[in-house]
Amino acid sequence: MSSASAISLRGVVKRYGDLTAVAGLDLDVPVGTCVGLLGPNGAGKSTTMKILTAQAIAQEGEAEILGHRLPGDSKAARARMGVVPQQDNLDQALSVRHNLYVFAHLYRIPRHEREAAIERALEIATLTDRADAQVKELSGGMRRRLLIARALVHDPELVLMDEPTVGLDPQVRQELWALIDHLRNEGKSILMSTHYIEEAERLCNTVVVMAKGRAVAKGTPHELIAEHAGESALEVYGPVARLAEVEADARDRGWATRRTGTSVTILNAHVNGDYPEGIRRASNLEDVFVLLTGEAIH
Amino acid sequence: MASIASRLRASDEPRRLDRHSILGVLVREMINFTAYWKSTTFSSSVEPTIYLLAFGFGLGALVDQIDGHTYVEFVGTGTIATAVMMSSVFSAMFGAFFKAEHQHTYDALLAAPVDTEEIVTAEALWIGLRASVYGCIPMFVAMIFGLDPAWGMFAVPVIAFFTGFGWACFGLIFAAILNSVDHFSYVTSTIVTPLFLCAGTFFPISTLPSAIEFAANFNPVYHCVELVRGFIFNTQSFGDVAFHVSVIWAFSFICWRIAIRCQTKNLIH
Repeated sequence: MSSASAISLRGVVKRYGDLTAVAGLDLDVPVGTCVGLLGPNGAGKSTTMKILTAQAIAQEGEAEILGHRLPGDSKAARARMGVVPQQDNLDQALSVRHNLYVFAHLYRIPRHEREAAIERALEIATLTDRADAQVKELSGGMRRRLLIARALVHDPELVLMDEPTVGLDPQVRQELWALIDHLRNEGKSILMSTHYIEEAERLCNTVVVMAKGRAVAKGTPHELIAEHAGESALEVYGPVARLAEVEADARDRGWATRRTGTSVTILNAHVNGDYPEGIRRASNLEDVFVLLTGEAIH
Repeated sequence: MASIASRLRASDEPRRLDRHSILGVLVREMINFTAYWKSTTFSSSVEPTIYLLAFGFGLGALVDQIDGHTYVEFVGTGTIATAVMMSSVFSAMFGAFFKAEHQHTYDALLAAPVDTEEIVTAEALWIGLRASVYGCIPMFVAMIFGLDPAWGMFAVPVIAFFTGFGWACFGLIFAAILNSVDHFSYVTSTIVTPLFLCAGTFFPISTLPSAIEFAANFNPVYHCVELVRGFIFNTQSFGDVAFHVSVIWAFSFICWRIAIRCQTKNLIH
């Protein structure tokens, strides 16, 4: 089973009218690994997540989760996985414990194990102290932890996380990263969508870069950087006119560049070469991301 | 450690209309109900009381007897059927809309091993159960104003349950096909109010033009009213009961299937 895939998608296509949200996606999540779907808004990450829970039905392609074919066998697959949604859909009027209790039922945990399962989920999410608080009293970070606890109450083999840290403070994000890392070390298979580069870099064994409904690159963060952005990059600062000049010059020489707000970054800048004055830094996944998914924000 | 999910796998593959899923959604409704039961119960008791007072004393002063019953007896029994309809249609319609659009509850449920069919079934069952209690409230109020106790009253919660189930499904249909709460008032004024009035609740349908009197045979509220009166006044034959029960079951079954279809279309893309 160790070489098998927890998730396997082949040529999946999903159209909404004229809009093609997912355009022939191939995706594998090997058992026990964390795969990150990295892409800008509108790349098809959330639609992919919906296809995996059979809330969206693909028009073409094949999808399998833990050996169950979708959408026909989706319910059996859903019984064995947990889903952390992007949008808070907790029961606001209920306590933390009651939210977990409902899902302990839905995930068909036998009666005599329910209490222990809820306590365990509370502990993982460090919400034991707030178990009897109402959801509407919780902070954003606590709610997100509760969403994760709810997805883990039945100790699933696979966890789907759709933008698990979107909209949270950096401190809270660190906390959630530690929690997700813990799950990874426990051997759970994880598929997580994100548009935070640092998140993918820190947590994912494999990153799949998505753009316009397709997987445009795949590999470990290191591989992706080495392959697409090279070892180092050069950031050139200056007034707008100077930046345009550097950009034009780079284009003539066939160098890849990207705008980094106040500077222009020349990617794959070799140690020896006739480069303009600038600050040299290690290439990162963000360089890859922008290179592969385009500069313009749609 | 073998995970809970894998231990359950062999013996417990989720099925269609799986009892675990239905029970889970019911449990969710029940726990949530503990948070808002006071306001719901208040309006469900006060409304029929106002109808009874207004019609019973207002109109009752002008009306001597209808079909051999005092007006309070007539309206009191009629209000049971309307209380069942009102409490079921509106809580299903607004509840489902709120859960779909604002709280995203259905997204949460559908990511667990639950299908739309089970959500619709469980919510209608729950509203049916509530209707079996709320349907009895106007009966108790009418008893205070002079409705005589009868053994047939024990049938009322059962009738209210099956009719309430159907009305809940009816509300779930409109929650799925209308995309704004503002549009719900169209349902109220064009469907709910006519059904409510042309059902022999406040006056016998025999006073209506014959075309409407005939149309009332297709009105589930009418059949619910007839069943309730028949049981409480002990005036109906087995054939009458079978006829009214069949119509209510047919109505509930058809609404149930349509609600599943419409909600699926709404929730699964």
